[in-house]
Amino acid sequence: MQEHIVDALIVGAGGAGLYAALECGRLARTAVLSKLHPLRSHTGAAQGGIGAALGNVEEDETLWHAFDTVKGGDYLVDQRAAQILAEDAVQAVYDLEHQGLPFSRLPDGRIDQRRFGGHTRDLGRAPVRRACYAADRTGHMILQTLYQQCIKHDVAFYDEFQVVDVLLSEPQGGDAPRCLGVVALELATGDLHAFRAKAVLLATGGWGRIYRITSNAYANTGDGPALLARRGVPLQDMEFVQFHPTGIREIGILITEAVRGEGGVLHNGEGERFMERYAPTLMDLAPRDMVSRAIVNEIRQGRGILGDRSPADFVQLDATPVGAEALKRKLPEIVSLCRTYLGIDPAAEPIPVQPTAHYVMGGIPTDLDGRVVWMPNNGSESYVSGLYAAGECACVSVHGANRLGTNSLVDLVVFGRRAGQHMSGYVAEGPAPSWPTDAAQEVMGRLATLRDRSQRSAHLSATDLRERMQAIMNEAVGVYRRGDELDRAVETLQALRQAYGALEIEDTSKSFNGELLRLLELGNLLDLALITAGSARQRRESRGAHYREDYVERDDDAWLHHTLCWLHGDDLRFGSRSVDTSIWEPVARAY
Amino acid sequence: MLVRLRIRRYDPESDEEARWAEHVVEVEPSSRVLDALLEVQRRHDPSLGFRASCGHGVCGSDAMIINGRSALACKTLIRDAIADSPDDDLATITVEPMRHMPVLRDLIVDQQPFFQRYRAVKPFLVPKDTAPDRERLQTPKEHAEIADATNCILCGACVSACPILGENPRFLGPAAIVQAARFVFDSRDVGLQARREPLDEDNGVWPCANHMACTRACPREIKVTRLINLTKRELGRARDQAEV
Repeated sequence: MQEHIVDALIVGAGGAGLYAALECGRLARTAVLSKLHPLRSHTGAAQGGIGAALGNVEEDETLWHAFDTVKGGDYLVDQRAAQILAEDAVQAVYDLEHQGLPFSRLPDGRIDQRRFGGHTRDLGRAPVRRACYAADRTGHMILQTLYQQCIKHDVAFYDEFQVVDVLLSEPQGGDAPRCLGVVALELATGDLHAFRAKAVLLATGGWGRIYRITSNAYANTGDGPALLARRGVPLQDMEFVQFHPTGIREIGILITEAVRGEGGVLHNGEGERFMERYAPTLMDLAPRDMVSRAIVNEIRQGRGILGDRSPADFVQLDATPVGAEALKRKLPEIVSLCRTYLGIDPAAEPIPVQPTAHYVMGGIPTDLDGRVVWMPNNGSESYVSGLYAAGECACVSVHGANRLGTNSLVDLVVFGRRAGQHMSGYVAEGPAPSWPTDAAQEVMGRLATLRDRSQRSAHLSATDLRERMQAIMNEAVGVYRRGDELDRAVETLQALRQAYGALEIEDTSKSFNGELLRLLELGNLLDLALITAGSARQRRESRGAHYREDYVERDDDAWLHHTLCWLHGDDLRFGSRSVDTSIWEPVARAY
Repeated sequence: MLVRLRIRRYDPESDEEARWAEHVVEVEPSSRVLDALLEVQRRHDPSLGFRASCGHGVCGSDAMIINGRSALACKTLIRDAIADSPDDDLATITVEPMRHMPVLRDLIVDQQPFFQRYRAVKPFLVPKDTAPDRERLQTPKEHAEIADATNCILCGACVSACPILGENPRFLGPAAIVQAARFVFDSRDVGLQARREPLDEDNGVWPCANHMACTRACPREIKVTRLINLTKRELGRARDQAEV
């Protein structure tokens, strides 16, 4: 096994990882390890915009942005974190522009801004133009710009390395453990590498691939949180999964909310603009959880386009009000996606859409500097020394129970940077942790077992397991949830996890063994699916994206707290963390 | 419907040289060629190697040669890929790894030389002034000068399609030139002066002979050849100025 010694190691090369690398790399020996070439990261798929109260087009304030974020998250947002998000967003956008990001512009040369769901002026009075954008490839441009800066500053990359373990010291007494480094699989060679590091940042992105219909990339398998869950770190608010209202029917490819921000509207099978009934003020620009629920409700009432109340039914996104010229100039990607995958021109025909699993609000609990929270058996809270998380895999929490559009890109940049800065300070002190000789033993044993096909008696293939997991998650842990269905999901997922242990692997080669990689990813997905379903089952209220048909009201008395979930072998244990409501008193949420 | 996939395969550990493998898979006409490859991997032969991630043409992972043409597997639909198949036989789609890049396994190629050329053009803003407190101003017209080039996802399809690289493997190649153009024509950047080397060299922009294969291959519909020619013109101007 090859060993590498660095000060700071960053796992994942999307927006959060790259920004952290740029910050930390100024002062410390930093390396970035990524399962994909960095430019293939899923940040590049973000379309519509990055929210910041620049006020370039109309009056705006960071306070309004913070409030919208808190209300959008149905008051499960930590309010001081939301304030930092909104305040730092402004400088973050200027910094990205200074680094060359080609934002779309106003006639006078300043950055243009457009409307997005849930972003309002004056604490909810009307939509506001807050989203800065680069046509409809804002994430692509952020990813490219940050990678360009990494080239400029000569950041060290290990591309196509899959992290297979995060090593923590044994907790001594009541003390939190310390992070020692990671073990990673080099995909090209099949070799294991040990990375000893004073500090590790996980920025491995989301895990939308637990669902059948998702906007997420194949690589979005939640590797970081799954590894930490197995190491005793609790995961936070895992029941909150965002279903983006406008995925292309069946295939789940994202049609950005910016289509509605630029004037597009949703219609049901009766040709009605149904959002008028659900959100009289913001209508089609209500937050995503509400719009997704409205769509599924219309379908269930027989007002989908097919009218058969089936899960295959859908509604239509009418982009014709945007106009052909504006579509071409401001939403060229959408025009191209519609042409390629649907064979239609969105300037002339409506787009068939249904909700698609898009973003996980929950993840690895962190503080405002990305430090990972340690809390054994629901005891007192501390931090895992030298361990950080940022981006979608982390839960700061700025998104609470439902993220607003554009805030994911803000989160990456703002908290990726903060974590990188804190990390560079942390690694400046003290020597590298000692690395126990048997540190990688466990993972080596696990890989050897996976590769040894002789002792297996599998009845199911990895493909079967993945498809069953994705099916049950779509059916039972979707936009609407119910206790008995969640029971069924947890049972099914437990059975699938059992079956996983008996899977066999046919391909014994070392170089680019994709079967092995997919098996490791499936193991991560199964654990996260179980934690998601279990967390949804235990929260007996409806809040943000978590809607329980058997508990339809938000219940602040009993449930205004973050969920923590520990994975103990095959068992899930639950605890809670308080929510910071120091700025705004939680009130009923209407738009 | 059923289609036959004919796939160029190579496993460095067991194959002396590349070979062809065939699989008949069930797909929809509206499916992507990527879906057919995934179907092979999931139900026929899990050892088939290819890269893929976003699945809708923005991450640039799955460029390959489909029926002889460089393209993204996730942006090529089955119905288009079989359009030229004769009616009386099972429709066949031929899939090969990209050209001008060493094959590592099956459809996975070594992109390191490709990214080295990308790095050589200084693909980052070299600002011509210190940053103001707020944003630098750039008019929509100035922005339009770079909009096309900023579409590039560095998938490599243009490089794979380039006939010049067959004759002259040291040619800088279309992707790196597009990335250079993205900054050369950016009103906020010092432009050419930071990038004359490697652009204005024998193997820089000059070997391009306007075959347009890159432009036809680009899954992002970037006018690649046009950007190469604009860069040539800019270099010519700079030379003329140097002579005056």
